[in-house]
Formats: sequence, structure tokens, C-alpha cells
Amino acid sequence: MFEYCADPATLEGFQWLTCYLTTGKHMNLYWSILTVLALLLITAPTALAFGFAGATAARSQLLPVRWLGKGYVAIVRGVPDIAFFLFFVVALDQGFEWLRHQAFCPDWTAAIRQGNDFVVCKEAKLPLSSSPQWIHEVYGFFLAVVTFAIVYGAFAANVLLGAMRAVPHAQMETAEAYGMSRRQSFWRILVPQMWLYALPGLSNLWVLLIKATPLLFLLGVEDLVYWARELGGTKTARFSAYPHGDWRMWYFFGLLVFYLAFTHLSEKVLARINQRLLRGQATVGATAGGAS
Amino acid sequence: MSCWQTIQDYGLRSIGYGERLLPKTDITLCEQATLIGSGMLWNIYFGILSLFFGFFLACTLALGKNSANAWLRRPSAWFIFLFRGSPLFIQFFFAYFAFLALKKMGIVTWLTSAQAGALLVLILNTAAYSAEIFYGALQALPKGEMEAADAYGFGGWKKFKRIVWPTMLRLAWPGYTNEAIFLMHATALVFFSGFPAWQQRGDALYYANYFADKTFNPFVPYPILAGYFVLLTLVVIGLFGLVNRRLNRHLPNTERQPMKFKLNLIR
Repeated sequence: MFEYCADPATLEGFQWLTCYLTTGKHMNLYWSILTVLALLLITAPTALAFGFAGATAARSQLLPVRWLGKGYVAIVRGVPDIAFFLFFVVALDQGFEWLRHQAFCPDWTAAIRQGNDFVVCKEAKLPLSSSPQWIHEVYGFFLAVVTFAIVYGAFAANVLLGAMRAVPHAQMETAEAYGMSRRQSFWRILVPQMWLYALPGLSNLWVLLIKATPLLFLLGVEDLVYWARELGGTKTARFSAYPHGDWRMWYFFGLLVFYLAFTHLSEKVLARINQRLLRGQATVGATAGGAS
Repeated sequence: MSCWQTIQDYGLRSIGYGERLLPKTDITLCEQATLIGSGMLWNIYFGILSLFFGFFLACTLALGKNSANAWLRRPSAWFIFLFRGSPLFIQFFFAYFAFLALKKMGIVTWLTSAQAGALLVLILNTAAYSAEIFYGALQALPKGEMEAADAYGFGGWKKFKRIVWPTMLRLAWPGYTNEAIFLMHATALVFFSGFPAWQQRGDALYYANYFADKTFNPFVPYPILAGYFVLLTLVVIGLFGLVNRRLNRHLPNTERQPMKFKLNLIR
């Protein structure tokens, strides 16, 4: 990166560190922060959409739909999220390949599950074995996003369900008295009103989502944890211009600080947004001012 | 091979008894259910021990954070912030490599094993989360009860033991139940975060993942795992519900705090 980095062996102290921290591999580490941020920014709205669908389903008047919505929330609560992550990545992949197999190779007669193998025709492979490397990476990332959205969507559904129940019933009755249909009162009264009640839960969920991003590593995405393990491991002088011992502890210490700062900042910003939304509401929080 | 034989062979595999080799080919449903169930022993071990030790540490930390003395308050608040603000997954990794560094220096060599090192991390982690719940409860103690205690001449340790602590537990219990469930789920992270499984003695998720890799079919082992965890969650809710009833036994029926499990999905 810097000009004096040409011959690392001659460097000392601070200069060595600046060169060491700007090697190509370290750049990959910094880029992976963007991967994490991209995941958060894509997953949060997707999970919210899943949550909204789940909460609406759980309130549905049709019994099977209601069961579907409630079952979705209940199952995620009972099982560790990491189990879902490990499950969905393979399950979704196999699901997509199975669908494409049915569509592209209708005259294939052999069984798809042969003992311990899952065999689909070549055209159904995802991504195609001929596609470039970046497609493989994007596909892996896409699977991760869907998995996160399914799991955290259930959490969001629970929050939104509580928020929908918290909207004062009198408002819904008033809407009905004004002659609004069920659908109209849902979209015009309930949905705009519920965000205020949902925000504390959703803020909590955002922090939870941030703290779940290191699990990306288990889904095979080259994220912060992956690079911390890669870069921190012992490097000998033969393979690296910057030989060092086992520094993984320090790399993970760095990640610890990064995540602490990130969650702390998020909580500060969210508390401010909450105060903003409370303005003009006839609640204790709004009149008391600072407390949140 | 009958299923009963499989249970005899693999029922205690996770703690080192029975058949040494894990099944590799022609894996049956019974083998999967038995081994994953065997792995649950470790989840229960981590869960119970860290809940037990974490509980006392949490009470201390909550009192510390609630204390008027800055020398007690600041470290407690920092400890809670540190463990609640960072991902448990990263804490495991950091702790493992830190313990590894200690081992190289020749101090406390036994902490690199999951059974001791991960347990320590889980204790500290759950203590921080529970302490925040207990601290919230301490803040919510009814003023009238405290004044009544003063009026009756309670003070110091006696006041704490008879009035403050039981009321704090009563108020915190629904939230604490939620934390216990989350802790049980967090135990599944142990063998995926640096800590190695010695001689393939892992927890339930370790075996479920093993089977999913071997059979390339996630639709059998993970639902089995989910079944075990749902069962464990129900047991935790049941046991904590009993304690909740005991904590609330002096209240008239109408004032009892119902356990609101549905609403606090998030810790």
C-alpha cells in the first residue's frame, strides 16, 4: 500500500504494522465488513416482510392459515437458531435443485436420492458448474440472506403480532363505526399505528441480528470470522513476508470490539428514533422525556 | 441390528461409553435418534451448570450495578455491557484462542477443553444477561414494600434476604425463564466455535451436523434435533413455571403474574 512497504523485512514497529495491516489479504478482511453490512441491510427489510406476512397469517380468519402463522413462530422459538442455519442452507439448496430438476429434466428416470447421494441432472445444478466464481459466491450469500430472513422473520412476526394487539381497540371500533371494511381498517388504522408499539421490539431484533452475523461463517460465506481465522493463524517466513505467531486471539479481540461498538452505536441511534416517534403520543415515555 | 442394540451401543457415546466408531454407511433412523439424543447430554450439562453458577454471579452483578458505590457499579455495568453487546459466537472464539495462548504459557492448561472453557464462557454470558434482568427487577421493586420493611425494623442483610431478594426474583422470573431457554439454545454453539470435540464426543448439533454431512440429507437429523430441543424447552418452561408458582404463592389469585412466554421471544 505505502511505498516504504516494498521490503517488509527491513521495517520496524509502527511502520511494519501499517504495512502489515494494509496487505491484500487484510483488504479482504475490510471488504468482508461490507459483506456483513450488506447482509444486514438486505436481511432486515426481508425479515420484516416475512414477519409481517407471519403476523398477518397468525391473525387470519382462516384456521389453516392461522395455524401456519402460529406454527412458524412457535417452531423457531423452540429450536436453536444455529440449527436452522445449518439446516436451511442445505435444505434450500436441495429444494431449489429439486424444483429445477423437475422443470428441466422431466425424462430423467433415476431416483434423486441414491443412498447417501443427492443426484440431479447437470442442467439443474445450482449454480451451474460452468458459471464463474462470483456467481457461486452470490448464490451462497443469497442462501444466507433467505435463511436469516426465515429465522428472524419469525422473531419479527412475534413482535409485530404483539404490536398489532397493543393498538387501542377503541381505534379499531371507531374505524368500524365509520364504515370501514376489515381490510380498510387494517391498512389505514392498524398498520400505521402499530409501528410505535413495535419499535422497541424491532430495535432489540436489530441488535440481535447484528450479533447473529458472525454465524455467516458457518454458512460458508467469507465473512469477518473467516478472515480473522485465516489471517490470525501462524505465518512462517517461508510463506509470508510478514511472519508472526498465532495471533488469532488478537484478531478475535478486534472483532469483539467491532461488534461492541456496532451494537452500542445502534442502540444509541434507535433510542433517539424511539424518542422521536413518541413525540405527541399520550404515553408516559413521551411526557417523561429522556427515559426510554 | 435391532434398535435396542443401537441404544446400548450409542446411548452414552457422547460421554465416551459404548461403540467407538460412529456409523458411516447405511445409517438408520434409530442410530440418528440415539446419537443425537446422546449428544443432548452435553447440552443439558452446559445448560444446567451454567444456569446454576450464572444465577449467583448474576445476583451479585445486579446488586453491583444497582449499588450507589461507583467502584462496584462501574465494573458490574461494564461486565454486563461487554457480554451483552458482543456476539456469543465471537466470545467463544476469543476465549478459545485466549485459553490456547494461556496453555502455551503453561498456565491453566485444562481450559482449552470445551467442557471447562466453553462452560466458563457460558456462565459469564448468561450471568450478564440475567444480571440485566435482575437489575431491571431491582429497579421495579415496589417502593411501598421497601418502606414497610424499614418501618418493621428490617435492615441490611435481613432486609435483603427476606424482602428484596424474593421480590426481585418474583418480578424477574418470567424474563429469567426466557433467558434460560435461550441459554439452552446457546449451548448448541459450543462445538462450532473453535472448541474441538475430543474423540468425536460432541453435543446434539455436532452429531446432527455429522449425519447431515454423511447422508447429505438434512431432512432427517435436524427435525430429530428440533424435536429434542422443543422437548427440552418444554421441560424448562415446566420447571420454571413450578418455581414461579412458589414465588407467587403468597399473592391472591388475581394478582399473580401470569408467565407471558409468548411475548418475550427475544432476550
